[in-house]
Amino acid sequence: MINYIIRRLIMVPFLLFGVTVLIFLMLMALTPVERTALYVRDVPRNERVLQGIIKKYGLDKPWYVQYWRWLFGTTVTTTENGVTTVEHVGGILRGDLGYSRTASQPVAELLARRFPASLELTLYSVVPVIAGGILLGVIGAVKHNKLADHIVRIFGIVGWSFPDFVFGLLLLMAFYAGTGWFPPGRVSDWANKIIMSPEFRNYTSLITIDALLNLRIDIFLDALRHMVLPVITLAYLWWALTLRVTRSSMLETLRQDYITTARAKGLSERTVIRQHALPNALMPVVTLGGGTVVGLLSGVVIIETVYNYPGMGAAAARAASQLDVVTVLAFVLFNGLILVLANVVVDILYAYVDPRVRLD
Amino acid sequence: MTAQEIPMPTLAPRTRRPPNWLERWLGHDVYRTLKGLVTNPMSVAGLILLGLFFFIAAAAPILAPPLPNSSPYNIPRDGYGDVPKPPGSEWKSRQPPLPFWWKAVTGKDQWVHLMGTASGQWDIYYGVIWGTRTALFAGLTITLCGALIGITIGAISAYYGGWVDMVFMRITDLFMAFPFLLTAMTLSAVLTPRLGKSLLAPMIALIVFSWMGFARLLRSDILSLREREYVLAARVIGVRDSRILFRHVLPNAIFPTLVLASMRIGSYAITFAGLSFLGIGAEVGFADWGQLLSFARDWMTQLREYWYIIMYPGVTLVLFVLSWNLVGDALRDVLDPRLQGSR
Repeated sequence: MINYIIRRLIMVPFLLFGVTVLIFLMLMALTPVERTALYVRDVPRNERVLQGIIKKYGLDKPWYVQYWRWLFGTTVTTTENGVTTVEHVGGILRGDLGYSRTASQPVAELLARRFPASLELTLYSVVPVIAGGILLGVIGAVKHNKLADHIVRIFGIVGWSFPDFVFGLLLLMAFYAGTGWFPPGRVSDWANKIIMSPEFRNYTSLITIDALLNLRIDIFLDALRHMVLPVITLAYLWWALTLRVTRSSMLETLRQDYITTARAKGLSERTVIRQHALPNALMPVVTLGGGTVVGLLSGVVIIETVYNYPGMGAAAARAASQLDVVTVLAFVLFNGLILVLANVVVDILYAYVDPRVRLD
Repeated sequence: MTAQEIPMPTLAPRTRRPPNWLERWLGHDVYRTLKGLVTNPMSVAGLILLGLFFFIAAAAPILAPPLPNSSPYNIPRDGYGDVPKPPGSEWKSRQPPLPFWWKAVTGKDQWVHLMGTASGQWDIYYGVIWGTRTALFAGLTITLCGALIGITIGAISAYYGGWVDMVFMRITDLFMAFPFLLTAMTLSAVLTPRLGKSLLAPMIALIVFSWMGFARLLRSDILSLREREYVLAARVIGVRDSRILFRHVLPNAIFPTLVLASMRIGSYAITFAGLSFLGIGAEVGFADWGQLLSFARDWMTQLREYWYIIMYPGVTLVLFVLSWNLVGDALRDVLDPRLQGSR
């Protein structure tokens, strides 16, 4: 096991290096002028000033020099009114991701402010997504070729074919327009005012948890109300995938000899399915589950946009549609990082539950 | 050497009935595949829907005749007002030519907004009809190019093995380490200023991040076929490596990859429409379902009143994706021997 974990961990730095190189390649496809957003707030109109900035930050240097500076930052000397200041700027490893034109603030700040919202939505979605998908998949397999199975399959293929934004708009039409039951956004205006006020202490930036810690049940309920539709949308669409995997894996497991043995021993069908079949059938779902968490976190771009939910995805979509590449790339970098690390965790978990993997 | 002469890994049962003329003409495998497709009610529904979409795409100039001197893909707009108009309201200004069947069907001389207009008075009917071409073009091109890249990389990787395989597979891993939609969005934003606001930027962006699944699948299938007896036999009698790959291994290994491709067309159509929903892609007013749907976001609180902005393009998009998925699903059932008998 230790051996396997070490082998798997050795890959991580290489993968992370690759991710940064690929992202940097996309940056290099930009003009030096567009790249100034990595270092300065406002891109000056004046051509001479602009050239000065490009020279100062070395944006015309060879790519490997720029890559190094992009990773570790660069030391610049500025002489203004006879006063010389030396400062170290940039460097994604130092947490400086540049300046976001669309959000008018440093990208790192934007990321830090938006991440909790996406995380909260993901946390509330994970359990319904995975549990519901597994339940439906098991029903489909156990009632194989019966009415329940056909319903589950149709449900799955329709869900698979439903674009998230169409489903989201339909839900908004049914449960928000006209009734106002489940509004878009993260909290209502009145709740937002309280959250922004100094009396409301910010512990985790996850509004539902903060509201409980501040003993504001009304804000907690308000935040929940805003999450109902996005969670339903995410759940329905991801169920299609989870139930497919669970169903086919369960079908295969139910055909194994040891299941026949268990039945021959006279065990009840319930015990056979719960104790004998399910644990083995859920192996592939473990991999999928890890992917789901990451997919939810980085794949909520469209859902957040539909529901005006102020998370990472909505910010990235806004930046991308306004061609603010420096900002979107920072989001890609961040999510790529999560993806690489989460995959390692999933692989190790998988090796833990399935000994065959680590003996490969 | 033709398809019939390639030794198939699965042997047909001895008690088979004699093939009919169609089967003799098409060959056993193609016949079996087609038979599987037309005997499964789900895939028949899918095929009918697909036929309908191809018909709409082909007949677009008749169904929705474009304004003269203007690209047919630019949705005609009836003035510039903000408030959407319901289906059936009359064209007020800049009316496109009346289709010949309109008078025959309704007996009227006045062309109407069949599906209403979205904010900005873009005609939804024109967007839906001409958008069919966009969706077909984008879905098929993205899948085809992605599959071709994936097949090339997967085949080279499995064929050469060793460090070539190692390098290619690590590159594949690397591309898979990116969040798909987010990265495609970014590349699209990088490309747009260089290529102009058109379908090209999002399509290239999706292609660049779509080939990995195909490469992995084909590689593993080739690797398992490489050890089969008939390949060993070919090697023993001294057939060149490249000939073994292209004549013996690839034709047998490619089926699962093709099935995967048919199942991906729908999801790439969704992703492509999703990008244009987010405002990434063609100019405003280009006939594209995702963009039509994005107009609905201007009217969040009145969606019940303006239901037609969502319903017409939304249902069309769902049916389009559903039809590809139904056909792809049935194709997988027919072609994937591992699944035979499990459904």
